[in-house]
Amino acid sequence: MPHPLTLIVVLPLVGFVLNGLLGNRLGKPFVTAVGCGLPILSFLLAIKCFVDLSTGGVPLMETAYTWARIGGSTFEIAFYFDRLSAVMTLIVTGVGSVIHVYSTGYMHEDKSFARFFAYLNLFLFFMLSLVLGRSLLVLFVGWEGVGLASYLLIGFWFEDPVNARAGKKAFVTNRIGDAGFLLGMFLLYWAFGTLDMDKINAAFTGGPAPAISASLAGILLFIGASGKSAQIPLHVWLPDAMAGPTPVSALIHAATMVTAGVYLVARMSGLYLHAPEASAVVTVIGAATAFFAATIAVTQTDIKKVLAYSTVSQLGFMFVALGVGAYGVGIFHVYTHAFFKACLFLGAGSVIHALAGEQDIRKMGGLAKRIPITFWTFAIATAAIAGIPPLAGFFSKDEILWYAFASSAGGSPLLWAVMAATALMTAFYMFRLLWLVFLTPSRMEPEVEHHVHESPLSMTGVLMILAVLSAVGGFFALPHFLEGLLPLPKLPETVHHFEKPLLILSVVIAATGLAGAWYVFGAGLERSSGLARRFASMHRTLSNKYYVDEAYELFIGRPLVWISDWVFLRLGDRVLLDGSLNGMARLAQRAAGVLGRVQTGSLHRYVFFVLLGSLAALAWSFRHG
Amino acid sequence: MLLALSIAMFALGLLGVIIRRNLLVMLMCMELMLNAVNLSLVTFAQQTGTAAGAVLVFLIFVVAAAEIAVAIPIVLLLVRQKRTLAADAYTDLKG
Repeated sequence: MPHPLTLIVVLPLVGFVLNGLLGNRLGKPFVTAVGCGLPILSFLLAIKCFVDLSTGGVPLMETAYTWARIGGSTFEIAFYFDRLSAVMTLIVTGVGSVIHVYSTGYMHEDKSFARFFAYLNLFLFFMLSLVLGRSLLVLFVGWEGVGLASYLLIGFWFEDPVNARAGKKAFVTNRIGDAGFLLGMFLLYWAFGTLDMDKINAAFTGGPAPAISASLAGILLFIGASGKSAQIPLHVWLPDAMAGPTPVSALIHAATMVTAGVYLVARMSGLYLHAPEASAVVTVIGAATAFFAATIAVTQTDIKKVLAYSTVSQLGFMFVALGVGAYGVGIFHVYTHAFFKACLFLGAGSVIHALAGEQDIRKMGGLAKRIPITFWTFAIATAAIAGIPPLAGFFSKDEILWYAFASSAGGSPLLWAVMAATALMTAFYMFRLLWLVFLTPSRMEPEVEHHVHESPLSMTGVLMILAVLSAVGGFFALPHFLEGLLPLPKLPETVHHFEKPLLILSVVIAATGLAGAWYVFGAGLERSSGLARRFASMHRTLSNKYYVDEAYELFIGRPLVWISDWVFLRLGDRVLLDGSLNGMARLAQRAAGVLGRVQTGSLHRYVFFVLLGSLAALAWSFRHG
Repeated sequence: MLLALSIAMFALGLLGVIIRRNLLVMLMCMELMLNAVNLSLVTFAQQTGTAAGAVLVFLIFVVAAAEIAVAIPIVLLLVRQKRTLAADAYTDLKG
């Protein structure tokens, strides 16, 4: 019996077409049924495939369509379902489905209800072809497609030019990474004559060493990954992407799409295992991103911006895990992060919903009693991301810290120290958020406060599901489950006795972060504004995000504008192109002016010319007669 | 002898078209050239003893009659416009 992998991918596409073409005409019940039903169906099919995979033990494969046959190589749209893509598919369809359900409540009042669900379904379609694609080509199609869906959804409320600009920024920044990805793909195709990832991995792990530099290919692919997963220096788009509706931030910019880069590196682990330099780059970029994004998150005042920088920072954690060779652990963090970060974003959405659009945490506070379900779920997810045991984030983050310390493929005490400091800040800024939003005395405007209400069941129910998963998700030993596919790095003999102390230390770190946040923000904003005054210049740098956007504007934006204006517009377009065309026109005009003088209208002269012509013809015929 | 007369008539006609200003005179000069050609044609026909040249002359008569039937009304209409027969007055007819 054929496996329904194609169906998993295509069902959301059907939803996109139905909602996009008929949604506005057939009304909200239809949109809800199609928009949520088809992703849930995909999820159920994914579970069925997962069961087949567990009983069969071999990866499922399915060729949907032969795209092109060029010379000896065939380009197929084929889907590949092994344990790694199984985990990703379940995350994407599972979290995707509950976020669809949440959106029915969140977007209920929006006039573009059908368009929203059409885009969400389109996103799921591309995301699933990304994680299920067997070859880099299908993965790349999905990769570009999720970029498109992300662009459409960030600029969903395009009436406000700020949102449209944020969408554009995300798209353009991603393009820079995609250029690297494409070059990496070309290099691999040139070397192996195939883009199927299982074959490329096999070529690296077995047989003679391939004739290309694995590190070069690895770094090029990582450039693509750093664009999609918002790593330094391409991280600037993700915080701006918060302009989109909150369910979008939860689904695309926290749980699924931004982890595509992590998935890509893990998927190509055969290559990265043989590319120590590329792995070192991944580690350094990941650690730097994790650290700097965490410092920025400490000072942000927009609830979604805090979560956005937290996402960037957590993605850095995942890349550190990949860089030190613990691929399964990186995917483990993708998996736990999907639950608690989706829960946090949806909780933030519920808060914003309750406060009628207010996003500034300085104007919140005291919400714990007013919207208790949101508060409790948010608190669980906060504890999970901060690494409080035994919640999900504790397990994955502790494993990352452990391998950052102990891995023989690039782990070091220094790396551990950086990541531990980041973990401390993570706990600090997340509990800061919890206190400022829910626990401190209210700072809300009176008329906003009057209207605070708990969200409908479609939203709170989803929050509760995700909170439960954030709490218990860590007990599923994912790295072990994936070990056959993504082997864990070797550990030197000498480090084993560090394991217990480091475990205790990471609990202490989380608790310290909690205590610090409680000390600074427990009573409100007074103590923290005192601190901000004392470290004014540092505070200014952090709240301005290290002036990265300004630096890009100065060093890339302005020169580009200058070159476009002076070289391309004024010199190239106006002088060379317009000049040559106008010059030719003027030449024709002048020539015509000279020739026009011959035509005087005087019959006598015409006859005279006729005479001359006849004489010339006569003379010629005599000479050649 | 007849050929020399024909050449003289043609040259006179051509000269007249080139230097005379009067439209009617120019038309008459053109007829002169046509008839010079006709004269040469019949002369050649007689010298070679064939009929083709003489037949061609009749064709030219027909064409010339038609041409004059068109040209004279045009001149007439032009003169109605500007009340003059001088060809120089009509240089504004150029394209």
